[in-house]
Amino acid sequence: MKRRTFTSLVAGLSIAAGMMGSTAMAQDNMRIALVVKALGIGFFEAAAEGAEEAAAELGGVEIIYTGPTDTTAEGQIEVINSLIAQRVDAIAISANDPDAVVPALKRAMDRGITVISWDSGVSEEGRQMHLNPSSTPLIGNTILKLAADHMPDGGDVAILSASATATNQNAWIAAAEEALPNYSGVNLVATVYGDDLSDKSYREAQGLMASHPNLKAIIAPTTVGILAACQAVTDSGKIGEINVTGLGLPSEMAGCVDSGATESFAIWNPIDLGYSATMIAHSLATGTAAGPGAEIPMGRMGSVTLDDTGTAAMADPFTYDSSNIDQFKSIF
Amino acid sequence: MSTTRNIPDRLRSPLERNLKSWETLLLLVAIGIFVANSFASPYFLDAWNLSDATFNFTEKAMIAFAMALLIISGEIDLSVAAIIALASTAMGAAAQVGVGTEGLVLIGLSVGLACGAFNGLLVTGLGLPSIVVTIGTMSLFRGISFIILGDQAYRGYPSDFAYFGQGYVWWVISFEFVLFALIAVIYAVLLHLTNFGRAVYAIGNNATGALFSGIRVGRVKFILFLLTGLMSGVAAICLTSRLGSTRPSIATGWELEIVTMVVLGGVNILGGSGSIPGVVIAAFVMGLVTFGLGLLNVPGIVMSIVIGALLIGVIALPRLWQMWRH
Repeated sequence: MKRRTFTSLVAGLSIAAGMMGSTAMAQDNMRIALVVKALGIGFFEAAAEGAEEAAAELGGVEIIYTGPTDTTAEGQIEVINSLIAQRVDAIAISANDPDAVVPALKRAMDRGITVISWDSGVSEEGRQMHLNPSSTPLIGNTILKLAADHMPDGGDVAILSASATATNQNAWIAAAEEALPNYSGVNLVATVYGDDLSDKSYREAQGLMASHPNLKAIIAPTTVGILAACQAVTDSGKIGEINVTGLGLPSEMAGCVDSGATESFAIWNPIDLGYSATMIAHSLATGTAAGPGAEIPMGRMGSVTLDDTGTAAMADPFTYDSSNIDQFKSIF
Repeated sequence: MSTTRNIPDRLRSPLERNLKSWETLLLLVAIGIFVANSFASPYFLDAWNLSDATFNFTEKAMIAFAMALLIISGEIDLSVAAIIALASTAMGAAAQVGVGTEGLVLIGLSVGLACGAFNGLLVTGLGLPSIVVTIGTMSLFRGISFIILGDQAYRGYPSDFAYFGQGYVWWVISFEFVLFALIAVIYAVLLHLTNFGRAVYAIGNNATGALFSGIRVGRVKFILFLLTGLMSGVAAICLTSRLGSTRPSIATGWELEIVTMVVLGGVNILGGSGSIPGVVIAAFVMGLVTFGLGLLNVPGIVMSIVIGALLIGVIALPRLWQMWRH
């Protein structure tokens, strides 16, 4: 009886080994690993789609789309270790922790693997370059342009931000103010803060409409604020009079675009981001040098120039309106 | 011949007992996984890769040894991962004000011990159930880390502090692996060769009986909580050193992986039985499975399913075997 068990155990194992063995992959391709914060997030699935697009365009590139189950640094380190072991050619990571993954990524670079970060960056010593989805001036300009595009005769606009201490938003608003002279006839009449709370943002938007009767647009560079402002405009029956725009998520904003409260809004496009990260990783792995001032090609997205910290911005935020919202609302 | 009753005149021979033991079964599983992995990926049989793979389990296993003793005695500590977070936060705060490596190690161990003592006092002093106490302290310890750090991180540890989690003693043998082996030996001796170890088994089988036999049950349990806290402190030093930074979310979810390791190692979750060699093999099994599947780029969620199936399978197998024989 003991022997029978042993035989069946051995048989079972060899079957398992055989099944696993058949999945061994072709070794000739360049293998680029797209490491994300966690699997099963729409934004990253879309980025993986972009990576596959880049791979198809380049040819001879295999994308390994991987990441931990939870958004933990420890999980990402295990993933990185297994990628080092497989001797992949490049790792493009959106990090859960800018510091904790550095030792693992340093080891990857020591063993000849190209390492870049995208979306959520890694500290300078842990990667060759970082690709931001966009840059502060680009975002500041875009949110203003979105409002101006739908105000041919000019008029009053107001900004509904997150908290007064939010670093990102303050930088974007400053950039928008700098770009203001380029849009003649557009007056910025107020900047208010909804603290990224739905109810407070809603009340601030109501206040803006009450105190500025000639308001033509509300710009909210925060996903919470833009949604609350859209709701406030809808509830007060001012659809068509006041255009709500800014930075939002397609899945949340689909209703506002459908109702007409929002003509258009912007956010980075994850497909383009995955595509560009793959293109850059491929370029660096085939010998392009990264460093301050280096210009790196990224296919249909043009090229980027690295700054002193080895960081680059991909493009203007991508604009969403009634023509493409249905395509993106199921993605993120 | 036909009228005689067959009365065994001795216990099963040591050889037979060993062959039929849990550890043997687990060892076969480990060897099977090793063989399957070597077939499945051309990268598996590589000294450096195997060395990297040990980092998947060494820190967790250090805590698992102490946890094994605690579970054998009939208690449990679910706050271990939170102790790592608190100890790591304390070390990070100290590193910011310029405390050196020796000081950081001392702080890590002291915080671990203090947390263990706090758990132990609540359980043995107030007679509260350990599962409830440690679910509470799990939130408490990690909560303190979150209050101190928020969404910030501590970095800037002294450069020689990196040795604990990133250093190699000889060739591919990492410091962590040596520490893991050393701790395994210490706990094996403690559990299997000392009076203290016998007391742990006795308490797990019958705490009241043990008390009336003159075993100081409360004191033994308190020491076990201290040891679990201390090992969490050791793991915190290794993990912090390996990551080079501290965030309050460090080691999230490790408590269940550690308990899984202990149970997979053949320790009875209700207390009373289990062995350190079993836990050692279980640590290797879990490390090999995660690393092997990682090499095949199997998504993490599938890995969790495999570990879960493995746990249920290995536990159910002896029971099925018994049912089949009768």
